[in-house]
Amino acid sequence: MSDSSGVVLRLDGVSKSFPGVRALRDVSLELRAGEVHALVGENGAGKSTLIKISTGVYTADEGEVRLLDAPVSFTDPLQAQAAGISTIYQEVNLIPLMSVARNLYLGREPRRFGLVDTARMNRDARARLREFGIDVNPARPLRSLALGAQQMVSIARAVEIDARVVIMDEPTSSLEKREVETLFTVIERLAASGIAILYVSHRMEELYRICDRVTVMRDGQVVGSSAMADIDRLQLVSMMLGRDASDLRQHGSTAFAEGRDVEDDVVLRTQGLNVRHTLEDVSLDIRRGEVVGLGGLLGAGRSETARAIVGALHAESGEVAVNGKRLRRRSPAAAIRAGIAMLPEDRKLDGIVPGLSVRENIVLAALPRLSRMGLVQRSKQDEIVSFFIDRLQIKVSSPAQRVSDLSGGNQQKVLLARWLCLHPKALLLDEPTRGIDVGAKAEVQGLIEELARDGLAVLLISSDLEELIEGSDRIVVLREGKVVDNLTGDAVTDDNLMRALAADPSRSDDAQPAKDSS
Amino acid sequence: MTATLTSTKAEQPVGRRRWAGPVAKYAVYAGIVVLIVVNAVMSSTFLSLDNLRVQLYQAVPVLIVALGMALVIGTEGIDLSVGGVIALTSAVLPLYLGYGVWVAIALAILAGGVCGAISGSLVAFARVQPIVATLSLMIGLRGLAVIMNGATAKPINDSTLLNLGLTGWFGLPQMAYIGAGLVAVIAFVVRRTTLGRNLVAVGDNASASFLAGLPVRRILLSVYVISGMLAAVAGVLIAGHGAYADPANYGLNYELLAITAVVVGGTPLSGGQIRVIGTVAGTIFMQLVSATLIQNNVKNSYEQMIEAVIICIAVFIARESANR
Ligand SMILES: Nc1ncnc2c1ncn2[C@@H]1O[C@H](COP(=O)(O)OP(=O)(O)OP(=O)(O)O)[C@@H](O)[C@H]1O
Ligand SMILES: [Mg+2]
Repeated sequence: MSDSSGVVLRLDGVSKSFPGVRALRDVSLELRAGEVHALVGENGAGKSTLIKISTGVYTADEGEVRLLDAPVSFTDPLQAQAAGISTIYQEVNLIPLMSVARNLYLGREPRRFGLVDTARMNRDARARLREFGIDVNPARPLRSLALGAQQMVSIARAVEIDARVVIMDEPTSSLEKREVETLFTVIERLAASGIAILYVSHRMEELYRICDRVTVMRDGQVVGSSAMADIDRLQLVSMMLGRDASDLRQHGSTAFAEGRDVEDDVVLRTQGLNVRHTLEDVSLDIRRGEVVGLGGLLGAGRSETARAIVGALHAESGEVAVNGKRLRRRSPAAAIRAGIAMLPEDRKLDGIVPGLSVRENIVLAALPRLSRMGLVQRSKQDEIVSFFIDRLQIKVSSPAQRVSDLSGGNQQKVLLARWLCLHPKALLLDEPTRGIDVGAKAEVQGLIEELARDGLAVLLISSDLEELIEGSDRIVVLREGKVVDNLTGDAVTDDNLMRALAADPSRSDDAQPAKDSS
Repeated sequence: MTATLTSTKAEQPVGRRRWAGPVAKYAVYAGIVVLIVVNAVMSSTFLSLDNLRVQLYQAVPVLIVALGMALVIGTEGIDLSVGGVIALTSAVLPLYLGYGVWVAIALAILAGGVCGAISGSLVAFARVQPIVATLSLMIGLRGLAVIMNGATAKPINDSTLLNLGLTGWFGLPQMAYIGAGLVAVIAFVVRRTTLGRNLVAVGDNASASFLAGLPVRRILLSVYVISGMLAAVAGVLIAGHGAYADPANYGLNYELLAITAVVVGGTPLSGGQIRVIGTVAGTIFMQLVSATLIQNNVKNSYEQMIEAVIICIAVFIARESANR
């Protein structure tokens, strides 16, 4: 169906520099009608920049963008959208306080007598979102949705627009397996109707499932392009990293969590946490050196559990203790003082302080320890910052660079550094490797394992099941805010987890009064 | 829309409006130079020491209030109560001058701090929006001050207070040195202390700051207390310079003057950034604008309109540079 004549979007010799970085160097790319084209590369390779140039967020320094063989120069993403390029950006890019429906139809609201026809808009939105497997009241503010659901809304929005090209920058990084499947069905449908799709992801198995071709970038350059079928996973990864991938494999995730002694003393004890409409009687013990995975579908209450433990979410009842000492005050500040660190899920909303530098972002939580009499001790601060930039291989032009100028994966590493530099006793990680490339992911997982070996207690939340299974000593499964299962030892397998996750009707007969369907 | 992308744009940095960044940074300074030159050409007395002193009497109190305002704006807040605090100060001073001038000054500044603590608590603990919390104080404080003082202005004849506005060193009034000292202190707080860094973080991303364990409420409270105390200092200087305690008229419009100085100096109203030196420049610039207009006998109403236009331009430039 697609041969070389069906080129919809073409980039020709595109270059782009930012102060101190050459983000793109002479990049060329062809996107054909009906194909799903993977764009891969390490963190900071230039993928998002390339996308932003195609959609008019940035202008290229050199080179040309051609849509249907006509040169275009968008100065504004709306123009690109009007010309038929629909984009899902790496960070959810909607308006948190507006309603879900409003976000879905922003700029294209159905009108009646010149006014927005809210009733119809909500009705349409509900039907549309159902197709995407989200059942929510579309009049609710977007902010009240979980991150994954928000991501689905932005996907639905992108698809809703009459497009020739749909660009997706890591659309699945906060999605659950089930939503990923929904997304794939949508992508297949789009491709079948002749739409060209550019797909960025760090999840290898996804690429092999849905992509036809792949273009690999490294350090701002295209290092190769191939049909997906002609390149195996190992080749692809070594092309991305520019080195042999075989060494990656062995200290990658497979060795993770094996044969490690978990000591008996409980570091973090959580008892009977209750949060209205969200958590019911959640109890959880994590011992020294143990990595406990938290499994569950979207909305099962995994992030909420982590947030409630550190006091970011108000719990009506329940106790949290560190090394046997009960926390009396419940707030993130108190939790940090007691030795609990939590990496939040939503990088943009809860993590990054965009106007501050990389350095200031890394030490944000550690500042009280790095200062004397209210003055920041610069030498100590710089020591820590350079250690973590080095250890996590954060790609920055200098520690004084604004953190919002970093690539998505590198921002994630900055946040990891923020929590690791506290030397916590218990570390709660909500999607720690979100947006991080394969090479760095193995590094981060290795680091977590190393810390656990040194006695850290870890709670791991990940929508990447592989990561969850391979990284955890045991998995606690949540469903509708309740602990429903606890997989230990040999029981930690793919099959068992899938079974536990699925809200299987065979088990729903026990004490589950029919919940409201809204 | 179909123009080709060519290499002519090679030098273009990040955003589309590449002029906005540098313009936002340097426009005020260029404006200051232009106004000084224009005035120097038009009037032979403009560059005299006498005139400089006159300008400083007006600009220094605004500057001191603006410093506090910049901190508040850095946290994505606003403090409309500063004019009310100035009025209150001038009511408090004569009441306690009998106990000694320093006692009176200390109590006046304390009163400013208390006012700040009230608005700060409303913002930090009761989560009232800053504009609402401080607006009610703005109105209430002036009323309170007039009640305390009575409707007529009281003369002040304490020499220490009067000297603040009159004598000084090297021909400059004492208040100029006080202003310079406070600029240095606030610049230090913003750049080197944890408070400075934390308050910018809170203004930029409150949720992330909270999760990172920053004492968000305490930070907000401190910022309003500081703003109140600085307004009180300005109030003391104004009363000393005016030689009267006149709560009904002192400090009128100071909140607007201060906000204008901060914004024109390049601090965005959306929080997360503080430009101390920019605020100084903003104050000087607005003072020069008003001096120029007065010098040329432009009517007060026109003066206000011109100042309004300047504010709009400043906000526009600041927004463009923030969007990049
Ligand atoms: N606005 C900006 N200002 C300065 N540098 C930038 C800016 N945007 C991107 N960069 C730099 O350009 C390089 C490429 O970034 P880009 O976001 O395109 O990477 P990416 O391939 O999408 O990475 P990731 O997988 O982490 O999302 C990075 O080194 C980044 O720091
Ligand atoms: Mg990216």
